[in-house]
Amino acid sequence: MKGTLRWTTFAAPSRFYALAGALNPWLWALAVLLALAGLYVGFLVAPTDATQGDSYRIIFIHVPAAWMSMVLYVAMAFWAAVGWMLNARMASMLARALAPTGALFTFLALWTGSFWGKPAWGTWWVWDARLTSELILLFLYLGYIALVSSIDDVVRGDKAGAVLAIVGVINVPIIYFSVRWWNTLHQGATISMTAAPKMAHTMLLAMLLMTLAFWAYAFAVVFTRAQALALERERDTDWVRALATKR
Amino acid sequence: MSSAFAAVYARDLRLALRRRVEALLPVVFFVVAVSLFPLGVGPEPQTLRQIAAGVVWVCALLASMLSVASLYAQDFNDGSLEQMMISGHAGTVIAAAKASAHWTVTGAPLVVAAPLIGLLLDVTSQSLLTLVLSLLLGTPILSLLGGMGAALTIGLRGAGVLLILLILPLSIPALIFGAGAVAAVDSGVSAAGHFSLLGALLIVTALVAPPATGLALRIALE
Amino acid sequence: MWASWSDFWHMGGYGLYVWGAYAVCLAVMLGEPWLARRQRERALRAQTE
Repeated sequence: MKGTLRWTTFAAPSRFYALAGALNPWLWALAVLLALAGLYVGFLVAPTDATQGDSYRIIFIHVPAAWMSMVLYVAMAFWAAVGWMLNARMASMLARALAPTGALFTFLALWTGSFWGKPAWGTWWVWDARLTSELILLFLYLGYIALVSSIDDVVRGDKAGAVLAIVGVINVPIIYFSVRWWNTLHQGATISMTAAPKMAHTMLLAMLLMTLAFWAYAFAVVFTRAQALALERERDTDWVRALATKR
Repeated sequence: MSSAFAAVYARDLRLALRRRVEALLPVVFFVVAVSLFPLGVGPEPQTLRQIAAGVVWVCALLASMLSVASLYAQDFNDGSLEQMMISGHAGTVIAAAKASAHWTVTGAPLVVAAPLIGLLLDVTSQSLLTLVLSLLLGTPILSLLGGMGAALTIGLRGAGVLLILLILPLSIPALIFGAGAVAAVDSGVSAAGHFSLLGALLIVTALVAPPATGLALRIALE
Repeated sequence: MWASWSDFWHMGGYGLYVWGAYAVCLAVMLGEPWLARRQRERALRAQTE
């Protein structure tokens, strides 16, 4: 088992499980440290904004959440495609594991965006291009989750999910473009979240640190869920039995 | 290849004609759904005119989605879908034929019904023409996307609602460009940009949806 | 930077919004790993049954 490390080494669920188990403590530690650093800079170093006061500090979780929601969707489509094309079930499990986390990040982007918008623009919801696109992205995530959960046959579920995710990924730029188009046409509702405060270096640093923290968090929680899926799917195999009796 | 297309297309039309009432249900739903809006929003002509294009488009979208679930369900249940797939014809061709049949039976009647609905909502004749044209380009997109959704959800519990959840987000660009075309004309601007985008969207969908549907069919039948 | 703790919580008048956003974020980021871990534990337990 120990020997050359190949691209396909961790395609085996048992080895992925071990790898995830080894990495997770470090990922959690990294997430916490980066978050503390980011929040320190964001709240104790970055200055108050001239126009938005202190409400802008929501940006330190809003923007990272939005980025993660998009990155995880692409990653989900990627792993689903890999799982389908290379017949690698661990890749398909990884895709399934990514979906709930991506959906939650999308929800957080919407929630924090709403809380940021209320003091800035007076309403809890604004149909600006970014928030609207995030809302549609949430629908795409929910659709994927609904589809793969409705299919009892896991192999069919993996493949159907892959088709949907790939079609979704192709659509995301189209959807974003069309929403931007729609938003600029309806001048009355053009309140832009992108009118963020001119970013001082400290603000950018805080945002970067929080983004990295969210990355580490996402890896850790997705790995945990992927481990769970591996245990469920590989039930009654030797390695799962060994793990179960060891507890 | 074209004979397989023609055969599947003709078959679907014949089946739809045998159940004319069922085939017209989407159009009836369309009219009923549109009529709900004045009842809910108030009969003010000005308000209705403003929301007309969006309302007609959304109801057309929903009507299209409601009828697409049965596109593959019946053939799946009686085994003829499997026969079609193993007969050696590309899933892409079957998907394209079925989407075309769906449009003929459901989409085209929606386009024809749209002017009548437009009158209910007090739409100007210029906007009406734009609305009809936008639906003419848009309903095929909906049939193509719907076919893909139907193929993904064959045989699943709650397939109808699931299908709608899957396809509605993907239909949003068509909705934006289609209804936007009418809004543009209403405000005196040219809708050429919208129509170009809608046309491009139709082409892209026509190229991508049938192969994706074919793949989904194979996955469902494995 | 902040004159006092109460200034910090007050967030220049935007306390409700800032902490409302951060609180939900924290809740999600505590709840989600907990749920994932629970799913993993359940899967292991299911194996021994």
